[in-house]
Amino acid sequence: MASDRRVVVTGLGLATPIGIGAEAFWDALLGMECGIRRVEAFDPGGLAAQIAGELPKFSIGDYIPKTYRKNNKVMSRDTRIAVICAHQAAKDAALNTACLVERGEAQGPPNVNPARFGANIGAGLVCADLPELAGALNTAVDEQTGRFSHHKWGREGMANLTPLWLLKFLPNMLACHVTIVHDAQAPSNTITCGETSSHLAIGEAFRTIARGAADVCICGGAESKLNPMAMARPLLLNRLNTGANGHPESACRPFGRDSAGTVASEGGGLVILEDLEHARARGARIYCEMAGFGAGSNTTSWSKPDPSGAAISLALTNALADAGVNAEQIKLIVPFGTGVRAYDVSESAGWRRAFGDHLGKVHAVVTKGLIGTNGAGSGAIDFATAVLALYHNTVPPSANTDGLLADCTLPFATNEAVDANAEYALTLAYALSGSQIAALVIRKYGE
Amino acid sequence: MARRTVITGMGWVTPLGHDIESVWRRMLNGDSGVEKTTVFDASEYPTTFCAQVRDFDPRAFLGSRWQSHAGASRNTQFALAAAELAWRDAGLADIAAVDPTRVGIYLGGGEGPIDFDNFAEAAIKGCRDDAGQLTALDTTRWARCAMQVLDPMRELEQDPNLAASHLAVRFNAQGPNLNTLTACAASTQAIGEAMHMIRHGDADLVITGGTHSMIHPLGVTGFNRLTVLSTRNDSVQTASRPFDRHRDGFVLGEGAGIVILEDLEHAGNRGAAICGEVAGYGSTADAFRITDIHEQGRGAIAAMQTAMESAGVGIADVDYISAHGTGTVDNDKIETLAIRTLFGERAAKIPISSIKSMVGHLIAAAGVVELISCVLAIRDGVVPPTINCHTPDPHCDLDYVANEGRKIPVGVALSNSFGFGGQNDTLVVKRFDG
Repeated sequence: MASDRRVVVTGLGLATPIGIGAEAFWDALLGMECGIRRVEAFDPGGLAAQIAGELPKFSIGDYIPKTYRKNNKVMSRDTRIAVICAHQAAKDAALNTACLVERGEAQGPPNVNPARFGANIGAGLVCADLPELAGALNTAVDEQTGRFSHHKWGREGMANLTPLWLLKFLPNMLACHVTIVHDAQAPSNTITCGETSSHLAIGEAFRTIARGAADVCICGGAESKLNPMAMARPLLLNRLNTGANGHPESACRPFGRDSAGTVASEGGGLVILEDLEHARARGARIYCEMAGFGAGSNTTSWSKPDPSGAAISLALTNALADAGVNAEQIKLIVPFGTGVRAYDVSESAGWRRAFGDHLGKVHAVVTKGLIGTNGAGSGAIDFATAVLALYHNTVPPSANTDGLLADCTLPFATNEAVDANAEYALTLAYALSGSQIAALVIRKYGE
Repeated sequence: MARRTVITGMGWVTPLGHDIESVWRRMLNGDSGVEKTTVFDASEYPTTFCAQVRDFDPRAFLGSRWQSHAGASRNTQFALAAAELAWRDAGLADIAAVDPTRVGIYLGGGEGPIDFDNFAEAAIKGCRDDAGQLTALDTTRWARCAMQVLDPMRELEQDPNLAASHLAVRFNAQGPNLNTLTACAASTQAIGEAMHMIRHGDADLVITGGTHSMIHPLGVTGFNRLTVLSTRNDSVQTASRPFDRHRDGFVLGEGAGIVILEDLEHAGNRGAAICGEVAGYGSTADAFRITDIHEQGRGAIAAMQTAMESAGVGIADVDYISAHGTGTVDNDKIETLAIRTLFGERAAKIPISSIKSMVGHLIAAAGVVELISCVLAIRDGVVPPTINCHTPDPHCDLDYVANEGRKIPVGVALSNSFGFGGQNDTLVVKRFDG
């Protein structure tokens, strides 16, 4: 709409298996460093898939004010990842938030008003800490039957869980901790739409700033699949590659004709979106401008993709229309491509429907070959990839994209980076469980 | 001029029943939906009661369509039923009337109840042989058992976006589809964001609201450990007592509410009957503490204020407030303080009620059920009571419509929802005046 304010990207905060921070991630992406290896977070011996994309070791104290450290015990791993991303994003944007001021990392006076600072953070179904919960449940076994007893649990067993146990696993806790640590009091939301969450959260934050309800929003998503329950669930659905435990580097093959499933992962991304005038007034570095947001829904099934790709095509078309461009103006795309065959087939069909012959003329990048699929945080990492590619005029190579599905015409650079020469970039995400689809268009920033 | 958003259909599944009119009559009558928990054996839990949805059969709402949704979680079943009612109420049963690409979905849907028995079996078998002890989990043993006993589709159906996904399939809604889960504020947030989705032109019609059931062993355990549930086990129907001095926590409820929110012009073009106008929405974060509400109600005040500004209504225009009113000591005290601070002298003159006193706290679905009650209050010129509100609390000194509904004209109502962790959302609903 003509009256809407312009919105720009001024900060990127990433936590990925190949690096924490946008710069580390970008360098590793260009260098094709693989973040997938045998699981170390727990003993994966009983699971058919024993590899995953795990974050490098970190200490949460490096990302929060000292006074907040006591809250570490009520943070799930998902929340910790979001908190890391938030710190990195605020720092990258040179935003003097409460967290950075208190940590002594911000120079100068506050440059964001807490009442105009919002958050929109995608989250997954945060898994309970299995060893903690299982241990507690085990105290409620009835000696006679050998089975779980509600009576015993109610009388004594549940007391083995800490009083704040539930608070750790509410999906909105990612946003709550981030908004507390950085003092963001404006509109706050938590989108829980599986792998689509980040795109929807970024799209909604874009709208929130455009209509004037906030000047700055921290948005994106984070999730960790690095616990036994979160790996068992996609295994039950035959979505993980179980035949690559000995060669993790080639395990995840987006759109591959020999793909055998994706690889579980953890990570996320939070980005700073900002009203253009606000960013200019504080002299912020501008990566690019938000140009369009479009969403849609698969209406053929909530558990299987639509082979026709019609709904994916509609979401892409909606995003293009919102940006006021046609497919021919798009030169850079970041498809979602997880390596789960039925979804790759559907996505590939969706791009063909929306782009037709022009698809052969774009540059495409897919990130999952190096980092796997983490759920709610995957889309934000892809979005950041698009932002960095546009900003640096560089299309990173896409690992494991030699040998694509027969009808997949997505042009990836398989070995080395190439120049982007793009004015616009388009990125897509969709839920593997559920129907949600969303796409975002960004534009090179120019006065 | 922004597009206006109106409600053209409503449906709910609640502890007091499953159709708009009979539940509304029971609310005005001050009935309680609270009883002993029967979904699972909670007889030795600290809290043995809740507000359960009873006599619910999804087939009664979905007919032959039920077959294809048969694996749906309890949450999703509630949402499908409530949406079916709302869709019919909106006169949309003839699906050819709307362009499916312009129909969106925005739910505040909770996660589906955990598959507890199988989960517990795997957890216990995964622990080393010392049953009865607080012991270390052997993940290898756990995995072997879990992969045998857990069911793939039952796991998939627990994802919080699944109710919204089922609705997309059922109603061929090809437009934007979102689910928010901001704890107890979720469905209020969903409706507010749906309003913006329509205002911006991302959709012409949105199926919105929420659904949730945390009446399962881990849900009740979690809330009991937080000591936020009432433990008045000897008098369960008086346990939910918002704003009463002897309140001791909330009563867990379950259910769903769905409203059809529509661009005014779109509704007019198809000749739809209009139930009310969603005119404003405010969302804020306390950004204070994970475990406590901001002492001065900073976020709550800002949410109400933003909602009223966006609706273009002032202090003098508000006729009724549907409170978050959970019945916890802190919520009711601080919500009262927030209303007092914002409305000043007028605060005591505004009738405020908490229908949680009757239906319990539907968590993610609480807000939409309360919003529907506001629409009905406007329609009928009568506001529902806060039951079990007998003993005045010096910290809660406003007009809570104690124990008996009241006839009073309502043109503008506020509906508040505040979630754990400091998520505050307020909607403004107005009588539709053409």
